[in-house]
Amino acid sequence: METQSRIVELIRTVAGKPVSPAPDESLFESGLLDSFTLPDLVAALESEFAIRIPDSDLTPRKFDSVTRIEKYLQGRS
Amino acid sequence: MAYLRAFGCYLPSRVVNNAELAPLVGVEPAWLLQATGIEQRRYAAAEETVASLGTRAAVDCLEANGLSARDVGLVIAASGSGERRFPGPAAAIGSALGMGGVPAIDLPMASAGSLFGLSLASRLCRDYGNVLVVASEIMSRTVRLDPAGRDTAILFGDGAGACVVSAESGFAKVADSLLCSDAEFGEALRLDLDSPLHMDGRTIILQAARKMPRAIADLLERNHLPAGAVDTFLMHQANLHLITRVAAALAVPETRFYRNVARYGNTSSASMVIAATEWWRERGGRWEGPVVFAAFGAGLHWGALLAVGQASGSPTA
Repeated sequence: METQSRIVELIRTVAGKPVSPAPDESLFESGLLDSFTLPDLVAALESEFAIRIPDSDLTPRKFDSVTRIEKYLQGRS
Repeated sequence: MAYLRAFGCYLPSRVVNNAELAPLVGVEPAWLLQATGIEQRRYAAAEETVASLGTRAAVDCLEANGLSARDVGLVIAASGSGERRFPGPAAAIGSALGMGGVPAIDLPMASAGSLFGLSLASRLCRDYGNVLVVASEIMSRTVRLDPAGRDTAILFGDGAGACVVSAESGFAKVADSLLCSDAEFGEALRLDLDSPLHMDGRTIILQAARKMPRAIADLLERNHLPAGAVDTFLMHQANLHLITRVAAALAVPETRFYRNVARYGNTSSASMVIAATEWWRERGGRWEGPVVFAAFGAGLHWGALLAVGQASGSPTA
């Protein structure tokens, strides 16, 4: 499964809805994520992609869209 | 050695429920409850001050536990919502209690202030005797009660808590504490001069959800104690959802986390000590097993403290 599909699957899990966000759609502005599901998504990303996201990278902007998340993950690989 | 010897608190009498607050900030009461887990909060009266709230909590703490002002050798007062730059409320609280001449230290910190105060007191009590730690906040005056202030106004309330830390005796021994500070995201939560409280909630929750469980886990690990062995977690009552996430991160049942945020909202530094007071009194003064205090707040400052009680509930020496 390609990276974007895996990210969308995680967003669906933490949002608890069968959502299909566009790659550049703001996950916050669209209401798919909020302050409390964001930490859940970060934890899910760490588990799914076997990475440890340092505290200094924990800014909402990095995780505001599928594209941003993918870009962040690419930067970590 | 340091012991927790007494708790006390004071909540202003005015109850502000969601039906009253929600229209002011442009939301529905049901949404407010769902977003925060808060049903009501207290607001201080116009004539009340951070020092007067703190004094009431200190009186409750001392009198309910058979102590007097003469028993106190040092006052530490935490508050992020003091009415002026200086002096802070510590000396005023001491004087109001009849402790003129007793040293008083202000901790101008917000939500983690009482945790830092308890940790410092556990060390300073060896030199000063009983240390009275007071945490007092009037957060309702720091937020905008209109739609522009929605994200902060829905969270905060007013109140004060107090605790006496003793080098000689108490109902629980302070076994260890871990304090951390880092300004990297400090701008995300701040109260500037002459401006309302600023909070980037997403950043703060993201940081808190990571840093608090880690601090607790690190503290427990170095004390060879699994999280599951902790009797009760007394956490800063920031938001119900944050408490549940910290519990999940530690793989501990939510029921181990004492919660009163629904009744008082987030009272910043005061919340952890108010929670401790209510928890302790609900148990009839019995303190069984290890208890973890934990807080996170502006600074950023965060940490945890481990206190180990005695099954009898009677003072230990």
